Amino acid sequence: MKVVIIGNGIAGSSAARYIRKYSDHEIIMISNESEYPFSRTALMYIYMGHQRLDDTKLYEDEFWDKNRIGRLKSTVLAIHQDSKTLTLSDGKIVSYDKLIIATGSKSNKFGWPGQEFNGVIGLYNLQDLELIESHSKNIKKAVIVGGGLIGIELAEMLHSRNIQVTFLLRESSYWNIILPLEESMMINREVHDNGIHLRLSEELNKVIDDGSGNVKGVITSKGTFIEAQFVGLTVGVSPNIDFIQTNPIETLNGVLVDEYLATSEPDIYAIGDCAQLRNPIPGRKPIEALWYTGRMMGQTVAHTICKSPVKYNPGIWFNSAKFFNIEYQVYGEIQAKRLNHIHTLFWMHPNHKKAIRINFHAYYKNVTGFNLMGIRYRHEVCEKWIQSKTSIEEVLPNLSLANFDPEFFNEYESKLIEQYNQVNGSSLRLKSKRSLDLVTRFLNKVKPAK
Amino acid sequence: MSTPISMSLVQRGHDIKIHQKIAVGFVVIALIIQCIYWFSQASQNASAWLWISILLASIGSIGYTITTYKQEVKGIKNNNNWFSSLTSRGALAWGLAVFLTGFYIILYWYPALLGLSENGISNTGLIKLFDPLSMTLKGSSASQWFVYGTLYTLIILLMGIKFIYKYRHNRYQIIRTLSVMFFQTAIAFILPEILQSLNQPYNDFKNIWPLNYSFFLDWHIDELIKNGLFGYFILFWGIISFLVITPILTYFYGKRWYCSWVCGCGGLAETAGDPFRHLSNKSLIAWKIERWMIHGVLVFVSIMTVAALVTRSTGFSNLFFFSSYDLSKWYGFLIGSVFSGVIGVGFYPLMGSRVWCRFGCPMAAYLGLWQKKKSKFRITTNGGQCISCGNCSTYCEMGIDVKAYAQQGQDIVRSSCVGCGICSAVCPRGVLRLENGSLDIDIRAEEKRTLHIN
Repeated sequence: MKVVIIGNGIAGSSAARYIRKYSDHEIIMISNESEYPFSRTALMYIYMGHQRLDDTKLYEDEFWDKNRIGRLKSTVLAIHQDSKTLTLSDGKIVSYDKLIIATGSKSNKFGWPGQEFNGVIGLYNLQDLELIESHSKNIKKAVIVGGGLIGIELAEMLHSRNIQVTFLLRESSYWNIILPLEESMMINREVHDNGIHLRLSEELNKVIDDGSGNVKGVITSKGTFIEAQFVGLTVGVSPNIDFIQTNPIETLNGVLVDEYLATSEPDIYAIGDCAQLRNPIPGRKPIEALWYTGRMMGQTVAHTICKSPVKYNPGIWFNSAKFFNIEYQVYGEIQAKRLNHIHTLFWMHPNHKKAIRINFHAYYKNVTGFNLMGIRYRHEVCEKWIQSKTSIEEVLPNLSLANFDPEFFNEYESKLIEQYNQVNGSSLRLKSKRSLDLVTRFLNKVKPAK
Repeated sequence: MSTPISMSLVQRGHDIKIHQKIAVGFVVIALIIQCIYWFSQASQNASAWLWISILLASIGSIGYTITTYKQEVKGIKNNNNWFSSLTSRGALAWGLAVFLTGFYIILYWYPALLGLSENGISNTGLIKLFDPLSMTLKGSSASQWFVYGTLYTLIILLMGIKFIYKYRHNRYQIIRTLSVMFFQTAIAFILPEILQSLNQPYNDFKNIWPLNYSFFLDWHIDELIKNGLFGYFILFWGIISFLVITPILTYFYGKRWYCSWVCGCGGLAETAGDPFRHLSNKSLIAWKIERWMIHGVLVFVSIMTVAALVTRSTGFSNLFFFSSYDLSKWYGFLIGSVFSGVIGVGFYPLMGSRVWCRFGCPMAAYLGLWQKKKSKFRITTNGGQCISCGNCSTYCEMGIDVKAYAQQGQDIVRSSCVGCGICSAVCPRGVLRLENGSLDIDIRAEEKRTLHIN
């Protein structure tokens, strides 16, 4: 059997790797972005001089040949599902038995006047990075429009080259559609501390050029002109599926797939950012442009194709990011606007750089989510507590099990407990300090008897 | 929040660069003083000039540290590493490598060029500059090794301060660096000199066989025994530190207790070598070469030592095809001098800071065997949070492809890991943690956490 994968991002690469693990099928991965799969989450580190492109490759180059995973650098123009073939931009025809669409996302542009000028750039793929590199040489000022995860990364990138960045956010506080207000305010502060001009509740009106098509600045919704030789458009991404719009494969925003990641057409699957689930599991969105969901979908579709059909199940929500120097981790559900039946326990370090939030059910007391700022918690421990609906009063005394900060770091779990005790008149106490052995036992990973 | 920042970033960047240049200027003047002293074969006011040059170097180095990091928000500082000439194998890096290599060649084989006295006439040049300090510490004039030891310690202290300030948000890094600074200054530098001034044998108590390859050689054992009770104590300490202390501490904490907390080579690598850590090669081929070389050196030093002990007890120096004396001479030349010195430090700017520790150090090999087979230490991976960005691998000075493990949710157990903790520090998603645990000791390296479907 011959499996063709369009796209070599984390979803496509994971699919290829697991198909090889599960089978002896012929595998071809087609990409117009890069010869070898790399981590696009690391694009910022290449620009900042932390790493070279080679350092961000998922595997050493030999890996792909050794595992007989063929790679084609080309663009797929069309899918012909009747003849089970693809037309490539160089005129070649490639046949397949199973096809996996993993074409990822593209940056959104909302039709602003001037968005086509030189120096107006999004950040998603390698080509974007090359453009950013060439357009940010020897410039002094930049404006970034849109305050999600990519916007703040782009701000940090340009900042590393001593470029004065103005950050335009439609929202009244950074990423407050996802982060609760306290956490969101911490990031406003961190952005400011790093010398970025943060302009809240202000949108892009239009981009102005210097008369020859190069960016000169922007005019905001408040009518302010801001000088800039570079404009970063980071207002989200959407599925990169233009090339199949004329095809009968059903699409909405993305390629529609069932729980087995199968599209409307036989033997064609879609995974990663470009896939849109018809029936996502409760609490999850139909399209999740995330690194780990791409990886999970890749493994799932490989299992379905090679072994037995498996439903895609990303499990309990988790995510992570880094906002300048503040790391962020979330496990379970943390809504920006807390629901009425959810209580919250929130502790913040006086320096505003570290915080812990635990949400729990007001009546049943079971923990529903963990939000960490500048502090690391263990994925598996938090997941187990949420999954088994453990009570907050059971979680708090054992909270050290979750702490994943490096050795010798201050532990703040007792502060959180103090706060809980004050509000609830309880007298909970931390049972122990951090200990890997306790974690191993808690997660039932104890050495099996030989 | 949108209040304009008084000084523009561009201006700030510009000012920092000027301040950095002034700071570097101080260090350069200190070097020039030492060079003038060296080449002019001057002999006046050595004490004053030594302290002036040390003072200038310290002011410059600490000034550079402050101007570089003070205005920045605390956090990881790796910007421009692959753009700057010094840290990306550019012209500056090659220049520094040639300078360091040259210095080591002169130090090992042409100490007279540094001004070391021959035939008991008093020192001249650079070594003379260090005579007063040597007189104070141990009551005799300086040797090239005293000069080297002083500079080595000074560099670990100054670069240690820089490292601590750079990683001031990370208490593991701070404590670990204070530890290597202490062991270098007190145990490796001052204590042996004091011992000598008390007419006791020179001994660095943390320099354990097989790193200290001459410990069991004939002449060294003779010297110790000659010194009576204290000599026997050193001999006893040397044996138990190899046979008992090393296995026990490595069982509890991994080889890091030595390599990145105590060892002098590690101390220099972690402090002065820090700007070069990303230059280590991460390929599978390099890993293969590393395993052959480092275990080869361990075998070499073991054969050499056993041969020397056999010669000592039987009196026969010709064993099989070789003489035990030639063997130790060649080991000293090839491994002790060329590898650990010339290549080990000279190649910092080209191959990263741990060339010796990774490819050559027999102590690292010995510790590594314990770490791999019987230790509670490992680097834990945090569930599914890895985004394969590669920072952990890039900044691993030992060239371990940490990402290869982290992205498949596997804990990392590698004999070469020195536990510096930088992979964990640079990880932007909180994925890695250095930990010790005993319950799962035999299965800690297994792929026990597949990421999704089991």
